[in-house]
Amino acid sequence: MSMKSMYGDNSKSYSTSKRIKSTLIFIFLVIISIICILPIYFLIINSTRDHVDISGMGVTLIPGSIEKFKANWNLLFDEEFKYTADIFLGFKNSLIITIPSTIFTIFFSCLTAYGLVVYDYKLKTPAYTFILAVMMVPATVTTTGYSQVIYKINRILIDITGKEDLMIHGNILWVILPAVAAPAIVFFMRQYMKSTFPLDLVEAGRIDGSSEFRTFFTIALPIMKPAIAVQSIFAFVSKWNDLYTPSILLSNNTKAKTLPMMISSVSNNRQQAHYASAAWLAISISVVPMIIVYIILSKFIIGGVTAGGVKE
Amino acid sequence: MASTSKGGVKSISYAKYGYMFIAPFFIFYFIFSLMPLIQVFVMAFTKTAETGKSILVTEQVFNGLKNFDIVLFGGDGNFGHMAIHNKFVEAFKNTVVLWIGNFIPQILLSLLLAVWFTDSKIKIRGKGVFKVIVYMPNIITAASVAALFGAMFSSADTCAANQVLGKIGIGPIDFLSVESSFFGIGNAVKLVWFMQCWMWFGNTTLMLMSGIMGISESLFEAADIDGANSRQVFFKVTLPLLKPMMLYTLITSLIGGLQMYDVPTILGAVGGEPVTVLRTVTFLISYHYNKFNYGYSGAISVTLFIITAILGSVVFFMYRDKDEIRKKKQLKKLKAQAKARAKGLGDFGI
Repeated sequence: MSMKSMYGDNSKSYSTSKRIKSTLIFIFLVIISIICILPIYFLIINSTRDHVDISGMGVTLIPGSIEKFKANWNLLFDEEFKYTADIFLGFKNSLIITIPSTIFTIFFSCLTAYGLVVYDYKLKTPAYTFILAVMMVPATVTTTGYSQVIYKINRILIDITGKEDLMIHGNILWVILPAVAAPAIVFFMRQYMKSTFPLDLVEAGRIDGSSEFRTFFTIALPIMKPAIAVQSIFAFVSKWNDLYTPSILLSNNTKAKTLPMMISSVSNNRQQAHYASAAWLAISISVVPMIIVYIILSKFIIGGVTAGGVKE
Repeated sequence: MASTSKGGVKSISYAKYGYMFIAPFFIFYFIFSLMPLIQVFVMAFTKTAETGKSILVTEQVFNGLKNFDIVLFGGDGNFGHMAIHNKFVEAFKNTVVLWIGNFIPQILLSLLLAVWFTDSKIKIRGKGVFKVIVYMPNIITAASVAALFGAMFSSADTCAANQVLGKIGIGPIDFLSVESSFFGIGNAVKLVWFMQCWMWFGNTTLMLMSGIMGISESLFEAADIDGANSRQVFFKVTLPLLKPMMLYTLITSLIGGLQMYDVPTILGAVGGEPVTVLRTVTFLISYHYNKFNYGYSGAISVTLFIITAILGSVVFFMYRDKDEIRKKKQLKKLKAQAKARAKGLGDFGI
């Protein structure tokens, strides 16, 4: 029996079974997708209903009305609700913390990666080994110590200046500044630079009389653009979502509360029926903008996660 | 390397620029991460002396391993020490249970999806859309996810899930129950399992996908020509070669899992502290810290740090720059040869 006839005989049933398999997988994926989307859809629906709808009429997938949405929106500005959780202040604080943090993280990570790839010096390998070693040190371990360090700096400053009202503890700068040193992002930037950045360009720049820093800004950074785009997104998301660090460092400054902290207190006070609908809207406000941005940038993000996993 | 020409011509040394480029990172790392880490160790080995003044002027005095003894072994065994010890044991057990219960279904589901997404023989319509959807929960703030699920599933008979169940005649369920007949694991824990799985399976899927895509295509082709069915391909080709990626996923997930905080803390807390089964190690660190028990907080942090360091070292050895190490060895060899030549001991090499 020739190979050809054997292959020809089976090809029909083979393709049919493949098609059935593909269809079953498709159905399974649809179910998984519904599970992923349903809670968020439900959240958005509930923010367009008032508390009477929610407690009285039960669960529905049909949206309420724009009027009720507006009423919920107004509830968010209610002094009493704002006392529990000022969502818009949280949103603003989160932006004030996250945007500079992301810029710092990305810029200094590129700078460090460049220093680790382009130059040769005695401490190069130890420096890289150090970064690798500390990459896995979790922030949850160091945050309490960091808070203590801030107290100490505060005390020293009070001793020097003699002023008691510096209010240095609880300053959002303390949440932003550590972003300069992000070992994991340095690691990824270095991997990317090693594989894509031709070192001859540095030499060419030198021959043309470009200073080292100019070479970095005008040649290296543009080449790093794809990595910068992806890592910016990840740096932004992880900072935006962080609850633990600000809740330790900013605990005594109610004006500096971030969005996750506000959401945490909304959730903590959800038994107040009157505000139930506003609580749904508050959670929506923390979720929906992220999802919109995510969908716009999804190509980058999915590509970035997949590429980040590939080693060497 | 471009900057070190090993020829006869003397070149300008650019080493100082290397230090300039990496200096900001190390300065900031030292102030904002290393000093805090040292401070955590200081906290772990000291206790606050009762001077009676405000907290800003208390003195830390050396306390040896006493804090560790109390947290890990119950210290003198008196009521106070045992309470601290039991809290830690409970939190540690909770954290491990919360992690295992979400990791196992998560890795199985992710493996399945990753294999399907990368199999060139299976045509899935809208594959790109599915990838975007499964990753989406990972982008949402964990605090919001916890608040959202907390509003849908709670102890109240009127929560959204109970309203739906009520319509089909299933009695109200306490979704935050602490105990049950299922290995004594309450609904609160199961809910966290589901949420963590919901949030992380998309990320794990993409990680495993990249692992599978890193496997040489020719191996799959060879298996196909040899007549292997998809199950054989999975168990004999994909799975063995995916081991490093699986290990990486396992360890990063475990390190992340040991720090679990947002979801259990917010979900379990209605008007106060979370229910007992949702108190994690990280929660305990902040709990003791906020109660000014710096010693206990520090001792738990250091314990967590040591566990993480052991786990992290596995990843560290995976990612060590093998190229650089090989290059260094070669360079050493060359130098040794050059030395030998210079001494006139013979003409090796070239």
